[in-house]
Amino acid sequence: MKIELSQVSRWYGNVVAVNDVTMTIGPGVTGLLGPNGAGKSTLLHMMAGFLAPSGGSVTLDGNTVWKNHHIYRNIGLVPEREGVYGFLTGWQFVLSAARLHGLPDPAQAARKALATVEMEEPKDRRVETYSKGMRQRVKVAAALVHDPPVLLLDEPFNGMDPRQRLQLMGLIRSMGADGKTILFSSHILEEVERVAQHIEVLVAGRHAASGNFREIRRLMTDRPHLFMIRSSDDRKLAAALIRDASAGGITLRPDGLEVQATEFRRFARLLPRVAKEEGVHLHQISPADEDLESVFSYLITRST
Amino acid sequence: MNTVVAGITYRALLGRRRIILLLVLPLGLIALAVLLRLFGETGQRSAMLLMDNFAINTMLPLLGLIAGTGVIAPEIDDGTIIHLLSKPISRPAIVRTKFLVAASLLAVFGAVPTYVAAWLLVSNEDSIATGFAFGALLAGIAYAAVFLLLGVLTRHAVAIGVIYALVWETVVGGFVPGARRFSIQQWAKSIADQISDSAFLKADVTLGFAVPALLIVTVAAVFWAGRRLRSFSLTGDE
Repeated sequence: MKIELSQVSRWYGNVVAVNDVTMTIGPGVTGLLGPNGAGKSTLLHMMAGFLAPSGGSVTLDGNTVWKNHHIYRNIGLVPEREGVYGFLTGWQFVLSAARLHGLPDPAQAARKALATVEMEEPKDRRVETYSKGMRQRVKVAAALVHDPPVLLLDEPFNGMDPRQRLQLMGLIRSMGADGKTILFSSHILEEVERVAQHIEVLVAGRHAASGNFREIRRLMTDRPHLFMIRSSDDRKLAAALIRDASAGGITLRPDGLEVQATEFRRFARLLPRVAKEEGVHLHQISPADEDLESVFSYLITRST
Repeated sequence: MNTVVAGITYRALLGRRRIILLLVLPLGLIALAVLLRLFGETGQRSAMLLMDNFAINTMLPLLGLIAGTGVIAPEIDDGTIIHLLSKPISRPAIVRTKFLVAASLLAVFGAVPTYVAAWLLVSNEDSIATGFAFGALLAGIAYAAVFLLLGVLTRHAVAIGVIYALVWETVVGGFVPGARRFSIQQWAKSIADQISDSAFLKADVTLGFAVPALLIVTVAAVFWAGRRLRSFSLTGDE
């Protein structure tokens, strides 16, 4: 099944949350990547029928999503907010989802869904006693209970421990391999590239990039990087580094060197070699602009 | 009526401590009736005062508020409503189910205690107990619908509901005679008056107005709430 967004915008008063986004989400795993506040949740809510687009259209296999409860036969939604009745047990919660879908054998479907997320053992405890990761998994189980061809997950890995994260990543990958259409949002590139074959990047409400993870990774790593370096002899190191083309510019500061690396990979290999040759000890190397915001803002300036 | 939705709603409202909220007022009503009886204050006048001032004017709107908003507002607040809304069930059907739950709670915690309290004071004299119980039942159903709608419309349903119950129903209804025609409590009294033969009971609103009004308010509120829930929007943290 395909989710199609055509020139979708959403604004709140004067604030534009999503700006003229056109994309098609097809079978396989798609990662919706962007910094916090980029409009990922807004976009996902519009795909899930929980928000009306201010402009443009959102359809699922040609059917309008907004105000159409029939789409939920085909969509499983894992919202970001907790949204789980604390007074129900995990079993009751997932079973209620199966019954709300009117499945022929709700108990069997609930058992299967709970097994898929490895939640059989704590299923008879009340949800309010669960950890955040367990709640997340029980939500995933409830979303999967009717075996939907489309699964939408909003920041699904938040609050999970590394083991649970790996387990869910494996699950999402295998469902994608089975031909389900899966979209999940995340602000962490590593998360997205480990699971998604296809990545859509959203920055400040705009569709900034689209492609497989290698293309996106290249876009992100091939940009100029800024490093702060402290060493036993900054001046000597600076003189040696600037001879190589991968160092675009070096500023000598009282507290160390600020190096602009034009080619990330080449510079990463160059630095230790040069330091060794020159007999300079490296005390500290820190990326000065490695936060996602600067990566994304680079992507925006590139795409305009 | 969706049994899964109803089951979850009943559990949310009656589970653990929340049932106390629904029990306090009716138990208070019955306790007052018992006290009056102990002090020998039985008779139609006492019964009328208790029914009018406590059962219909205080208990009923507050119970309506607790049950009517309680069946939906907390779920909208904490996001659990998404569990119900992301299913292939029409939203008006969800609203109708929740309305039936609220109405049933008002029957059990509102109309039944009203009958018991009145019966303690006047037994079956002049059908006073039956009249007030029936009035409380129909008005309770209307309150359930109105406060359910309020719970869907606004996140400040409880505050607005309290203001409505206190200011409109009690103060305006008490001092502005014309406004009484548009008061659910007055409609309840019209019905009680119709059923009962007591000379102490005098309703200001005719039955010909009260019954259609109750019906229209209830149906319109449930219908509007259903429409409103169809366009329920999740506005994220961004």
